[in-house]
Amino acid sequence: MKFSESELHAYVDDQLPAGRRTALEALLTQSPDEWTRVVVYRQQNAALRTAFGPVLDESVPERLRQIEPRKRYGTRLAIAASWLVIGGAIGWLAHAWIGPRVALQTLPHEAAIAHAVYSPEVRHPVEVGANEQEHLVNWLSKRLGARLNAPLLVAQGYELVGGRLLPGESGAVAQFMYQDAKGRRLTLYVSRLPGRQRDTAFRFSQEDRVAVFYWIDGSLGYALSGELPKAELLEIATVVYRQINP
Amino acid sequence: MNPEQIAQYIPRLRRYARALVGDQYAADDLVQDTLERAINKRHLWRPGSDLRAWLFAIMHNVFVNQLRSRRSHPEETLEDDALPTVAPSEGARLEIRDLQTALTMLPTEQREIVLLVALEQLTYAEVSHALGIPLGTVMSRLFRGRERLRALMTGASVTPTLKVVR
Repeated sequence: MKFSESELHAYVDDQLPAGRRTALEALLTQSPDEWTRVVVYRQQNAALRTAFGPVLDESVPERLRQIEPRKRYGTRLAIAASWLVIGGAIGWLAHAWIGPRVALQTLPHEAAIAHAVYSPEVRHPVEVGANEQEHLVNWLSKRLGARLNAPLLVAQGYELVGGRLLPGESGAVAQFMYQDAKGRRLTLYVSRLPGRQRDTAFRFSQEDRVAVFYWIDGSLGYALSGELPKAELLEIATVVYRQINP
Repeated sequence: MNPEQIAQYIPRLRRYARALVGDQYAADDLVQDTLERAINKRHLWRPGSDLRAWLFAIMHNVFVNQLRSRRSHPEETLEDDALPTVAPSEGARLEIRDLQTALTMLPTEQREIVLLVALEQLTYAEVSHALGIPLGTVMSRLFRGRERLRALMTGASVTPTLKVVR
């Protein structure tokens, strides 16, 4: 045999350089057993594609679709985009003032992604449930190296579900999750920021379907995310802020 | 990287997972775990590099971890020819013409490679990179996987690879 086993497979998979392909074909005509294998392996590839190809056309289940982009575009997207541009410009200018760039620019985006990933979760929405609230708060405080509190939002109709620890741009991040009677969820994302930060007022960012209010307070960045109208979310963000700064 | 970029690969991740795992629900679990891990580790992805290959690499790691955690007695990653086999008797002779059944009888490390090459049409070098194994190992597993699949599908006398249960 004047060709290697690897070349035979590369021929099957169309991974052989064009120059070598013709030479191999000539050799294969004189090796019926090898030629048979080429045919069989090609049939295997084709059979696998036929058997599993239809999966590509299946609709993606809801639980996997949560991070997919919203399908309806148009004016809302334009508004969201202009918000991002304005927000980005403000953020950039602000960063020139405060120093570390990471803080404001990535906070709402990271928070929205974390919200989109965990809030639809049915079986494991949180790592530690609200039934162990004291442990939850102590654990997350320890990991972030700052005293945290899980705000009480019962008056706004939201119960604490629990929380989890996440990796963020600048280290550990805490996520608290809340749920109302209809099953709608809010998440509060708390990130320890590097260096010295200047406190900021509320900022708003619409990240796809997820609305985010975020701000910096001391060494911590906060972001409250939910698929809620802006005004409604602002009310809750105000309550959260007041509870953290009594 | 943003969720939209990852989302476009979900159908392909699902197709591969379905072929790898068999059961639809378990396959989507694998996809979900892969997506969550990708989001959490997105800072490790180098912009400009192949996102698809990166996602399949993550799926491989998640899959291997799942296999490990499901086994109370972790099985060493043995090549199939290193596993003890039982001499085929008339009774043990299998005729398998069903592709999916045949797939489940491939050792996982061969199944992964046969599928990545056939379904995703990854190059051998990409497979090597995604699975974190040398190119030579990719090739030898591919050779054995295809031959084994051929034997299974043609109903040749097949000795099922019996996993050693201790």
